[in-house]
Amino acid sequence: MLWACIVLPHLALDTLLRRRLPDAEAPPLVLIDGPLQTRHVLDADEAARAGGIAPGQPLTTAHALLARFDAVAHDVALTARQHDLLAAWAYRYSAEVLRLPGALALEVQRSQRLFGHWPGFEKKLRDDLAAMGFRHRLALAPTPLAARALADAADGAALTEPGQLRAQLAKLPLVHAQLPDDLHEAFARMGVHRLGALLALPRAGLRRRFGAALLEHLDDLLGERPIPRPRYLPPDRFDARIAFNFDVENLAALAFPLRRLTGDLATFLAGRDGGVQRFVLSLGHRGQAPTRVVIGLLQPEREAGALFESARSRLERIVLARPVEWLRLRADELPPFVPGGRDLFDLRPEHALPLAQLQERLRARLGDDAVYRLEATPDPRPEHAQRIADDAGRAAVPTTLPRPTWLLPQPVPLRTHGLRVLAGPERIESGWWDGGDLRRDYYVLETAEGQRAWAFCPAGERPDALAGWMLHGWFA
Amino acid sequence: MAEPLSLTPLLESRQVWHGRERPAPAGGIPSGWPALDAALPQGGWPAHALSELLLPADGVGELALVLPALGRLATRERPALVVAPPYLPGVAGWSARGVDMRHVLVVRAAGSEILWAMEQGLRSAACGAVLGWPGEADDRALRRLQVAADTGRTPAFLFRDRRHAAQASPAALRIELETRPQPQWRVRKCRGGQPPAQAFALSRAGA
Repeated sequence: MLWACIVLPHLALDTLLRRRLPDAEAPPLVLIDGPLQTRHVLDADEAARAGGIAPGQPLTTAHALLARFDAVAHDVALTARQHDLLAAWAYRYSAEVLRLPGALALEVQRSQRLFGHWPGFEKKLRDDLAAMGFRHRLALAPTPLAARALADAADGAALTEPGQLRAQLAKLPLVHAQLPDDLHEAFARMGVHRLGALLALPRAGLRRRFGAALLEHLDDLLGERPIPRPRYLPPDRFDARIAFNFDVENLAALAFPLRRLTGDLATFLAGRDGGVQRFVLSLGHRGQAPTRVVIGLLQPEREAGALFESARSRLERIVLARPVEWLRLRADELPPFVPGGRDLFDLRPEHALPLAQLQERLRARLGDDAVYRLEATPDPRPEHAQRIADDAGRAAVPTTLPRPTWLLPQPVPLRTHGLRVLAGPERIESGWWDGGDLRRDYYVLETAEGQRAWAFCPAGERPDALAGWMLHGWFA
Repeated sequence: MAEPLSLTPLLESRQVWHGRERPAPAGGIPSGWPALDAALPQGGWPAHALSELLLPADGVGELALVLPALGRLATRERPALVVAPPYLPGVAGWSARGVDMRHVLVVRAAGSEILWAMEQGLRSAACGAVLGWPGEADDRALRRLQVAADTGRTPAFLFRDRRHAAQASPAALRIELETRPQPQWRVRKCRGGQPPAQAFALSRAGA
């Protein structure tokens, strides 16, 4: 087995940064942690680091160094959720994903058959992470912990020969071995600085002095016992939330966080090999019930662009009465996704859009019922002879009777002159069973303007050429 | 007096070039109306372009011209998009003219959304044909539609009032329908050829 380890040294900070609206005026961001009295800097963005702020400094020192910055307390739950989402992302590349503290490991030997050999595979992973906005280090080794240690020591290292594992690890500084309970400090005091020196020490003595956990860790590192950690399984629903540090008052400003959320949803769905047909956007207001926007799609979808576009056009239709504090995307039903097939010899142009996506786009902007098919019904009454089809519609039964191509929704008096009867009458007498009883004689008329009308009069009462006709359609 | 020359020997000795043998630009969609196909340089409706029909009123035979072609263009994979029709399409009437209504998507839209919906349909290349009743549309809007029809390689039919005939149009084909002295149509503009001077009688069989 070969494991790729992705170390995320700035996971908490990147989680915050990618949620921030892009703004050149934004003050430097500093992530702080610890109890109220002894706050210290956990991480700082580039602008803050340029100002001299470094992780580990007390907050008071940071304030002395830099006049103005945003200090955000570390939200452990938020970082954990982001870690989960990244595991869901990694799941699309491998069925075996491990969550390590501040890192992810995924088994890639079997995945290489699908995603290609390591250098190309590595680039795919790095491109995805860069697109999502996560700084990372990446290495390949026969065990997850060895990959972790290698990634810490040398970004991009790849160790593919299990036989060389011990020799290569021996060269590594002990600090990268992620020993339990920070034991590397104790070993440093003993003069043991490299992993090789530690591995050379007698096991019995180590067990007596440091406990079994250390030996198990070393065995995991060298792959000398099976990997016992619980494997990651993706959850059955998606729920993500972005809180703003200021009130958002116009919808245009929601586009950026919405793109992040729908992008994360697409990433999650790709990992699960599923799609989404219905999801809910909630817009949170201070002290008020959130505004809910339900996005229903005609068929399961998982492409980030399509999800974003559907959500945005639905969002554009609402009226924002109150400022928005947070945005939440929740998807409970995740049906299987069947990608639409395209013909190999399909010569359609570049920006071609599948029919379903076109319908989705029209529906999103014009309303859910604005795109429809019509179907014929067996009812002979013209008002009931056709209806909006629920799905694909039924085939019409061909008729030899004159039927117009334009139908008026309601008959109206025909106000014109010089009418000429071309055909008729055709008596339609029906509907006694549901109260919509009608008895009419239908005629095909030609108006003086050359239009052909489908008009009727009460049965048996043919009016003169001037008045009394009810217009019901046009033969266009 | 010279002998009157007979054309046949000249033609047989291939000294005379047949002006009419010039190959017509291909790619027209047969309209189902022989007179119309003969009058148009492509031998039918322009395939990837805008055709404009100018009407004196609704219901003068504009659908009769288009529906036979639409019956072949609209398929299950690529249905026809009918944007903002002035009335309800009559299922029985359209079916009688060869259009399978299962393959027709009607779009309800108003104002500028009509042009937007048409453009989306054309650009997507997911439709067999796009029909639209845009009402007011300026030269720029029509040009957008023409470009979209070209990009999406989809025929578009635009139905407008006759008073727009004087307005310049980027459509590849413009046909004006007349009702006086008799129902007839006249080609106002056709790309790739001279519009024929005479009008053609519009026969509306089945109406």
